[in-house]
Amino acid sequence: MFLGKVVGTVWATRKDEELVGLKFQIVKHIGLDYKLKDAFVVAVDTVQAGAGDVVLVCSGSSARQTAQTKNKPVDAVIMAVVDKLDIAD
Amino acid sequence: MYFAKVIGTVWATRKDENLVKFKLQFIQPITADRKNVGDPIVAVDTVGAGPGETVFYITAREATIPLPVEMAPVDASIVGIVDRIDISRE
Repeated sequence: MFLGKVVGTVWATRKDEELVGLKFQIVKHIGLDYKLKDAFVVAVDTVQAGAGDVVLVCSGSSARQTAQTKNKPVDAVIMAVVDKLDIAD
Repeated sequence: MYFAKVIGTVWATRKDENLVKFKLQFIQPITADRKNVGDPIVAVDTVGAGPGETVFYITAREATIPLPVEMAPVDASIVGIVDRIDISRE
């Protein structure tokens, strides 16, 4: 999983019918210092994350391992909202 | 499988319901010479590793196999704690 920040939402009316009802968020990669990096993904939101939330994104075929995304054409999913990071020095 | 060093813990109250029981650790991938390689990632800890320990981890769909649940959105899991690495230098 990688650490990211929700920076926006994607609206798409015409899409695969399996994707109807799912929420798509734009998630930018961030570092341990919470600074935004350039890379981003569009991920299905399964935990009601909002803009500005720090989240974990699971990618690849593992992204289909949730109740909402099972057997659907999805390769990135927001599966946790981060409260706090404990980083050892 | 790859080597990594555990560098921290992630606290997340709101997460996929199948992940509630598991600990999420921040790991820095390293080479066999213990040099950092690439960016840190988050992995589910199935072996009880602590900060500073060298571990090995698996990625992709296989990462859900060690977890005692039917399905879980996990793409990296720590599956062992490294005691020692022997490399022959020729």
